[in-house]
Amino acid sequence: MPSATQPAPASMYRRTEGLGIWEHKGKVAAVGIGHSPVDRRWDGKPETSVGAYAIVALRNAMKDAGITADQVDGLVMDASTTTGAEWPAGRPLPEEFVKAFKPGANHVDGISSLSTEWIIANMPELAHVKYTQYGPGCMSNCVCVAAQAVGDGKTKVCLVLKAWDNLEGRYGQGGENAEDTIAGRAAFSNPWGPTGPYLWAHMFNEYTKKYGGNHDQMANFVLNETRNGLLFPEGFWAQHRPEVLTKEDYLSSRWIVKPANLYDCDIPITVAVAYVFTTPERAKDMKQKPVYIWNTTATNPRNRGIIQTLDEGQASTDFTGRKLYEGAGIKPSDLSFENMYDGYTLFHQFFLEGLRFAGVQRGEALDFYETADLTIEGPHPVSPSGGNRGSGRTRIWMHTDCIQQIQGRAGARQITGVKPEIGVSGGPMPTSGNFLIWSATPN
Amino acid sequence: MPRPIPVPDELSKPFWDACNERRLVVQNCTACNRMQYPPEKTCLGCGSGKSLAWREVSGRGRVDDYVVVHDSRLRLWQAEQPYNVALIALEEDPGVLFLSNLPGIPVDQVPVGASVQADFEEVTPGQLLLEWRVVSQPQRPAQRKR
Ligand SMILES: [Zn+2]
Repeated sequence: MPSATQPAPASMYRRTEGLGIWEHKGKVAAVGIGHSPVDRRWDGKPETSVGAYAIVALRNAMKDAGITADQVDGLVMDASTTTGAEWPAGRPLPEEFVKAFKPGANHVDGISSLSTEWIIANMPELAHVKYTQYGPGCMSNCVCVAAQAVGDGKTKVCLVLKAWDNLEGRYGQGGENAEDTIAGRAAFSNPWGPTGPYLWAHMFNEYTKKYGGNHDQMANFVLNETRNGLLFPEGFWAQHRPEVLTKEDYLSSRWIVKPANLYDCDIPITVAVAYVFTTPERAKDMKQKPVYIWNTTATNPRNRGIIQTLDEGQASTDFTGRKLYEGAGIKPSDLSFENMYDGYTLFHQFFLEGLRFAGVQRGEALDFYETADLTIEGPHPVSPSGGNRGSGRTRIWMHTDCIQQIQGRAGARQITGVKPEIGVSGGPMPTSGNFLIWSATPN
Repeated sequence: MPRPIPVPDELSKPFWDACNERRLVVQNCTACNRMQYPPEKTCLGCGSGKSLAWREVSGRGRVDDYVVVHDSRLRLWQAEQPYNVALIALEEDPGVLFLSNLPGIPVDQVPVGASVQADFEEVTPGQLLLEWRVVSQPQRPAQRKR
């Protein structure tokens, strides 16, 4: 049975320049946040499945916002949850899991996928949900779709959910990567063995070739992310492996795809995160301070060849930056902090430069990393969430952190060197993804 | 060296057939005079779906960059770790890029800037695979520091 819920139509995304200020600027707010526990891998128990964690996150988000489930009329989520290992075709689902949950649209729902049908079947309290939509791929997509949906009046109190499962097996090593033959577009790559952070290792090379600089200059950025991640109690490292990373650890770490090393990569985990989005009017009755969305944008260029080039990557991030500022009606210096995506660390500088964050121009980011104060105490905090590097592979922390920073609820991670008024987050790639601007005020 | 064996489809068959004849062909758009690789159903330059034709090219190129894979997700490649993955820019249009392992070049000693020539090696009986050989070194071999 396919899910009746559809991926968001193209009309819900703002893709081009020249659209002017977003028509719903300041008319959509994030209020509640809910996180599940975080695990390295699923242990096979129903209560730690990605479905169970999704329910925990959704209930936590409603509780955090101070609302009851019957007030919710919308649900935007991603049906895909796998981080890199699929549930093997034909393997029966664990009996205990089957007993614990009602089925959804897909037979592996709750284990390595989700559907709105599965969520609603297993959360009977969500009896008034009338609007459902998928924002495929990432929380970045989901939050942009939910913002547009609330702005358009399709839902007034919307749950936004993204969950990830990490099943057994090493990341990305199943499926076609394990086969002796290769079809489709991958037939033009796999025979020569590119893998993992290969694209970004290559773009980093092109970048340092053009502007100078070297991999060592990444250290302060990676250390800053690691530090911020350890201050993120919802994150993987803070919960399971509170290890302090030294510069020597980073510089001497093993290569994955040189010049990308182990600490330039993230760690796949199981987790679910949910938010409550609503209108400013409804937000008045909720428990947390609303964080207003000022703009969203989607960037999905077609690249010319087998690999993205530096020129294409930079054109994309500049394009994203210009669209974000145009739709929000702000300029780079209005950003209090930035939470753009980081999984892999070697591409974060493309975002910084595309945004001209803290005045950083093309080719300047590595020097900025090395000489500027990137910390939460500094004048222009870089990745205060700690990102994927700092808290595990979710592509979500950056959004949670934007909301928490502006609400003043980031705890030990709260930025202090600047007043957290306007933030930016999004991903997953510098070259393609969904991005948004958050603000403490509606205008 | 065991590599994943490409399975041609309708779109890619002319490319793989040409490999078997030791010829390098890429798509060329006759509407906007632009080459592209890998093959696509439409021209990514002008969007035309009717102007793409296969064009034989010189097979001469230059090493643009390389990375070294130490921890591969690809099962067949794991026995070869670490290995070079180079990027080759085509002489006729350096915007057209190919992957290569540059057989015979030691790990992490890829001569960026070197001239290369297309070559073909058997990946399975009946299918040749595009590869590239260094034919002359650049003026100063570039070896990247970490
Ligand atoms: Zn064309």
